[in-house]
Amino acid sequence: MKNAVGREIPDFLLENGKEVYQGKNYMDGKYVQKASPKTRRYEKPQESKIVETIKDALIQCGARDGMTFSFHHHLREGDFVVNMVMKAAIEELGLKDLTIAASSLGAAHDLIADYIEEGKVIGIQTSGIRGRMGQVVSEGKLKTTAIIRSHGGRPRAIEAGEVHIDIAFVGAPTSDCVGNSRGIGGKSNCGSLGYAMTDAKFADHVVVITDCLVDFPNMPASVEAIDVDAVVVVDSIGNPKKIASAAARISQNPRDLMMAENVAKVIASTPYFKDGFSFQTGVGGPSLAANLFLEKYMDEQGIKMGWAIGGICKPMVELLKKGKIGKVIDVQDFDLDAVNSINQTPNHFEMSASQYANPANKGAFVNKLDFVVLAALEIDTGFNVNVLTGSDGVLRGAPGGHPDTAAGSKVCIIVTPLVRGRMATVCENVVTVTTPGDCVDVLVTDYGIAVNPLRQDLIECLDKAGIEHVTIESLKEKAYSMVGRPDPVQFEDKVVAVLEARDGTILDVIRQIKPFTFED
Amino acid sequence: MQIEKNAVAGTLESSDAMVTVEPAENGIELDISSSVMNQYGRQIRATVLETLERLDVTSGKVTVVDKGALDCTLKARVECAVFRSCDKSAAGIPWGGVIR
Repeated sequence: MKNAVGREIPDFLLENGKEVYQGKNYMDGKYVQKASPKTRRYEKPQESKIVETIKDALIQCGARDGMTFSFHHHLREGDFVVNMVMKAAIEELGLKDLTIAASSLGAAHDLIADYIEEGKVIGIQTSGIRGRMGQVVSEGKLKTTAIIRSHGGRPRAIEAGEVHIDIAFVGAPTSDCVGNSRGIGGKSNCGSLGYAMTDAKFADHVVVITDCLVDFPNMPASVEAIDVDAVVVVDSIGNPKKIASAAARISQNPRDLMMAENVAKVIASTPYFKDGFSFQTGVGGPSLAANLFLEKYMDEQGIKMGWAIGGICKPMVELLKKGKIGKVIDVQDFDLDAVNSINQTPNHFEMSASQYANPANKGAFVNKLDFVVLAALEIDTGFNVNVLTGSDGVLRGAPGGHPDTAAGSKVCIIVTPLVRGRMATVCENVVTVTTPGDCVDVLVTDYGIAVNPLRQDLIECLDKAGIEHVTIESLKEKAYSMVGRPDPVQFEDKVVAVLEARDGTILDVIRQIKPFTFED
Repeated sequence: MQIEKNAVAGTLESSDAMVTVEPAENGIELDISSSVMNQYGRQIRATVLETLERLDVTSGKVTVVDKGALDCTLKARVECAVFRSCDKSAAGIPWGGVIR
């Protein structure tokens, strides 16, 4: 069945009430029956929940074949926790048929590709999938169909019971002896623990893994002891150098800066750019640089930003410290400046993934967002964006908060160079639709700006401000005139992953890659 | 033109291609690897074959390691490798002739 972005969704996926994507806000007003976990009572006072090893914690939580383990990705490419836990489960306890439900996975988890090939891990549910894991899943080696969700879609699915977490693992930079956990104060700090919060509330069992045990009570706790079964102290939960980069540097590339300046111009031309406006930006070169130019317009017009959300990094923290942002609310931290600021700088707060972006709760932060500035691997003439699959069709990215912020915000701006090497970023049809075009409003490239025709109001704003813009079709033709018209990527029939829209409907599927041959 | 000895042109930098030509009998033997194989493999092959035909090269082993080069770059690298293979790259290049 074809969905609202023109993607063919095979019928066998449309079971148990699963629907194809119908357009923005389709689920609005519907009711959801929330799932509830089956948790163990610890009525008799416990002095400590510390157990010797991860294996002991797994045994205590009744780990067995076929279970679903959840993880969060605040330790990013420095994470040791996923591999440590899966190794203990598979190699020490001999478990199999396991499913990993993570907020994201990366190249740090190449080991899991082996477990997929051995058939020990049979399910993957995640936002990001990269490296060898992306390769083996794309080759069709995972026993079940992987599920890719956005950062808001994931807590929605957990709360609705579409994914039931048997054991949640929290990689905690600090914990006390009963499991009150925080992302700061230790040696492997990551700042916010926002993605772990829903897991801790909806999992049957919760295990905290820390490398820095602190005195009770570790307050204010991001994950609370009332939800924690066991605490394991290990030598190291991650490589601090890869957890938080040194401050992400603002690009000096003149092309990035030109695009960033145009992003700021577009923002300043809209009626939403007024005192108290709200803002989120990605951490890509031009998206990040947009902060600089935006500050100039804010100063000129004498206005301040009311609040900012997202993955947070240094430029946001600096604006907060200068008093140019009222509040920063933070689900994840990308650099040391952000890690060292959360819950320390006044008005820099932590939030859960549900609070950030869940479309099924009663009002996530993204719903109040004025502007979001995002990047794209590809964007097609229907304004559909791909941030998941490469031009060879292999899984190597993450929807992250892209579809959530695009849907919730009043103005969603995509900023990307027209071509990258020989790849046309603006194209006829994206390989995979990760953010539907009805949520994307403006495209800023190094060869011109295009506005989604659905947003006549924004077209008027740009015209009034004298900002030139062209059709997205003409940008696509410009790109193809430079790099040539690409052949469509060839796939096998087998569906290896389902891409869920944030509301739980099916936005697209990813099929098994077909080795390239010149014959066809 | 005839490929008289082994010759190389280009680099493995992003957006470039490294083209190696070697003497051979019995037609063109073409080996292509590319970072953009899925979407541009056929176009790369067509461009390389067209260029060889324009230079009147009928036999040789040609290896292209492409890192996302544009067509104009591919052409230039093939031309240069062929001219180097017969020591004609130092002077008297037919600009506006077969090189255009």
